[in-house]
Amino acid sequence: MKYLALVAALAAPTFAFANPDPADWDAVTAEAKGQTVYWNAWGGSTTTNDFIAWVGDRVMEDYGVTLEHVKLTDTADAVTRVLSEKQAGEDDDGAIDMIWINGSNFAAMKEADLLFGPFAEQLPNWAVVDSEGKTVQTDFTVPVEGYESPWAMAQVVFVHNTATMPDSLGSMDALLEWAQANPGRFSYPQPPDFLGTTFLKQALVDILDDPSVLQEEATDENYGEVTAPLWAYLDALTPHLWREGRAYPATGTAMFPLIADGELDLSISFSPGAASTAIANFELPDTVRTFVLDKGTIGNASFVAVPYNSGSAAGAMVVANFLMSPEAQARAQDPNVLGYGTVLNMDALTADDRAAFDALELGIATLSPAELGSVQAEPHPSWMTRIADDWAERYGAGQ
Amino acid sequence: MLRFLPALTLLAMLGPVVAGLWGTLLPAFGHLPSAGLFGPSLDPFRSLFAWGGLTDAARLSVTTGLIATALSLGIVALIAASWSGTKAFRILERLLSPLLSVPHAAAAFGLAFLIAPSGWVSRLLSPALTGWDRPPDLLIVQDPLGLAMIAGLVVKEVPFLLLMTIAAIGQAQPRRSLLVAQSLGYGRVSGWLKTVFPRVYSQIRLPVYVVIAYSMSVVDVALILGPSTPPTLSVQIVKWMSDPDLSMRLTGAAAALFQLALVIGALCFWWLGERLVARLGNRWIMSGNRGLRDTSVRVLSLGLGSVSAFAVFFGLASLLIWSFAAFWSFPNVLPDGFTMRTWGKHGPNAFATFGETFFIAGVAVLLALMLVLGCLEAEHRSGRPLSRRGLWMLYLPLLVPQTAFLPGLQTLLLSVGADVGRIPVILAHLVFVLPYVFLSLGDPWRAWDTRNAIVAGALGARPWAVFWRVRAPMLLRPILIATAVGISVSVGQYLPTLLIGGGRVSTLTTEAVALASGGDRRAIGVYGLAQTLAALIPFALALIVPAFLWRNRRNLHE
Repeated sequence: MKYLALVAALAAPTFAFANPDPADWDAVTAEAKGQTVYWNAWGGSTTTNDFIAWVGDRVMEDYGVTLEHVKLTDTADAVTRVLSEKQAGEDDDGAIDMIWINGSNFAAMKEADLLFGPFAEQLPNWAVVDSEGKTVQTDFTVPVEGYESPWAMAQVVFVHNTATMPDSLGSMDALLEWAQANPGRFSYPQPPDFLGTTFLKQALVDILDDPSVLQEEATDENYGEVTAPLWAYLDALTPHLWREGRAYPATGTAMFPLIADGELDLSISFSPGAASTAIANFELPDTVRTFVLDKGTIGNASFVAVPYNSGSAAGAMVVANFLMSPEAQARAQDPNVLGYGTVLNMDALTADDRAAFDALELGIATLSPAELGSVQAEPHPSWMTRIADDWAERYGAGQ
Repeated sequence: MLRFLPALTLLAMLGPVVAGLWGTLLPAFGHLPSAGLFGPSLDPFRSLFAWGGLTDAARLSVTTGLIATALSLGIVALIAASWSGTKAFRILERLLSPLLSVPHAAAAFGLAFLIAPSGWVSRLLSPALTGWDRPPDLLIVQDPLGLAMIAGLVVKEVPFLLLMTIAAIGQAQPRRSLLVAQSLGYGRVSGWLKTVFPRVYSQIRLPVYVVIAYSMSVVDVALILGPSTPPTLSVQIVKWMSDPDLSMRLTGAAAALFQLALVIGALCFWWLGERLVARLGNRWIMSGNRGLRDTSVRVLSLGLGSVSAFAVFFGLASLLIWSFAAFWSFPNVLPDGFTMRTWGKHGPNAFATFGETFFIAGVAVLLALMLVLGCLEAEHRSGRPLSRRGLWMLYLPLLVPQTAFLPGLQTLLLSVGADVGRIPVILAHLVFVLPYVFLSLGDPWRAWDTRNAIVAGALGARPWAVFWRVRAPMLLRPILIATAVGISVSVGQYLPTLLIGGGRVSTLTTEAVALASGGDRRAIGVYGLAQTLAALIPFALALIVPAFLWRNRRNLHE
């Protein structure tokens, strides 16, 4: 029987349907009531954890959905979990109901048919999402097709302590020159941490004259040639990194105490508001500011996806929809809470909802949307997978 | 009923280990049918040996494990040789024994903040003595040689081996040997090492092996203090096991077998080392060297012991201060201000997790106590004491590296449809709790004067009445201490909770280690302290409760 179902699934891959059906929203909320949703999300940031706890309180209040935050050190753990469950034949009530996901993890899960959906574009709050202006329908060039629902926008900013490094930098080449003049004062998280790989992508996008080649899948033919400048750049940079590149911070937030202690002058963040939030939490000195490069920096959206074997898909959709609500989005953008960029279209909101966004004080270290400048698209994930592997080979596994 | 308990205990202890190894063995040879992969094939080993970091990672596992064990054992032997039986020894013992229960992760967090270039030691000396107004760019924590990691292991293994040594000294009757040696003109240290140590070492040999296996495969300490370019083999195994690419799991399984082989190899190497030391020791004894000038050794050993104890104490103190700190930057010795904000933010969740942690520990320890007391009672009634082979069995789950069998166990549990959650986690904890409860309860239980049972029997008590009304009450203190030991073992478990719980079960240890990567020192302070308290409170109770119950019969337990 199981094999028959498998054959049917393989034979008709385009015949996708979601059960429960998100278009019948009343049925979804009715089914969601009383369900427990296990949201697997990176647990290393205490501000994110607090936000998720708040989301849990609110969906309990409005929809009777219990939200449990399963704190991950690495999102890949959740992907593995779903994979092992599929192998073990646990197809109905897996351990995971929702994953904070994007990029290669999403690509891997989508390709392996591990996702529930499509559902995102049928959610009621999709109507106010800025699907035109923000990259919410492609995830690292992979079409989303409703298999994950966006909840935050991220963009690379560089974080510098103006007390020791007054000037901002305009390009990756300027960063290299600065690092050579100020050895040991810059670092980036160790890939495959997502911020670490983002730094590598940011470097590649900025030093290539024409980064459009990165939008297509990497091939054996062009990979070596395209990435050669990146390795030359890193070979020049690495000896001037913090600890001479013999150790790296584990994550982006792990660089905050290093800046606070004066070990680093410069670091990178994927959340334009994170520095202001960290100043408010005593984690960074109030002399910290952020900047972006002249050509702009990489940006992408954070999504939530539902595994195919979730026993609480209705509850997970309720949470996903709530995450896109003006209330949750305004709270996430508040630098005292998270400082994440919103995925909503301001023009689609009611005047009251928009007022909530307008009232936000973005914080001293946060750039305004205009200052953030143009967003550069994420490269196709195939580049990242290869670059991360090569990075590990060259710099991560002993030289 | 009682007759089956020893078998049941063995099953609870070894069943998961054997099953887990089986679950590792198959994928290591390319056999993972549920993923559509069929073996046997050697590809997993090929891709393992193709990994560029393998040499370094394997070397790290071996060197950190062996050096940490040798250092800990050396410090403990010197302390015991120099000071056992003196007042200083009792002070040191009191200083070190609570450290046994401090979870490895909490101790590692504390140590990391002490010794980092921006850490407390550097802050105390800067800028006055060092001239540093910014932290120096020195690779102290996460160093490629794993020195910080070795330090983190040593400060935790010294208390463990010292307490094991103290227990062994009690049976070795050192006073007479030492008296004879000293009257023949031997110095205290060399006299003790020559006459008492060989007997003591044969008693603590298995615990030493446990320290080797543990240190070589530890994950949480390696994540906090160990290098990352590349990490130790065990950390890399956990990474491979959690890679979305399935073939990596096969590589991980192959690496797990490789790790097992490394541990076995290291144990063999140590065993050969024992032979060598024994031979050299014999020569040293035959030389008749009296070793009278041993003052410097005695001072050194006291110094090393104190440094090891104070490193943990000050580390924990730094966690406490961080948890209340407002902005605190280098080179200030104390924060700019204190705030309750961190506790307000993380306190509620930490307390909720405290409850979950205690629940898991409580059930695991209760099961362990029932099994262990049953086994000991069966042993008593049948009159057959634990054989040497039985003792080895007891140590087996502690000798097999966790990274070798836990990932396999996870896959296996899933494939039989066992739901993830508390029950499998409790059973996985039981594997590690059982041996420690058994070891801590065994000796005092057997040392009980059985004439008490004969008297009670003569007064008409049946065997179970003797057990409940005479033996258990008289042995209340060792039972409570065994309970506390079991709870602290359970509280400290990282990998079993993480892998078997499937992320749905979080204890203070998994929460604290998850925070490690985020680097929020204030939150780490809260969870590290909560974790330490969870392990220490039971010990405090184990000391207070008997004193209270026996306030009118103080000599009962003597």
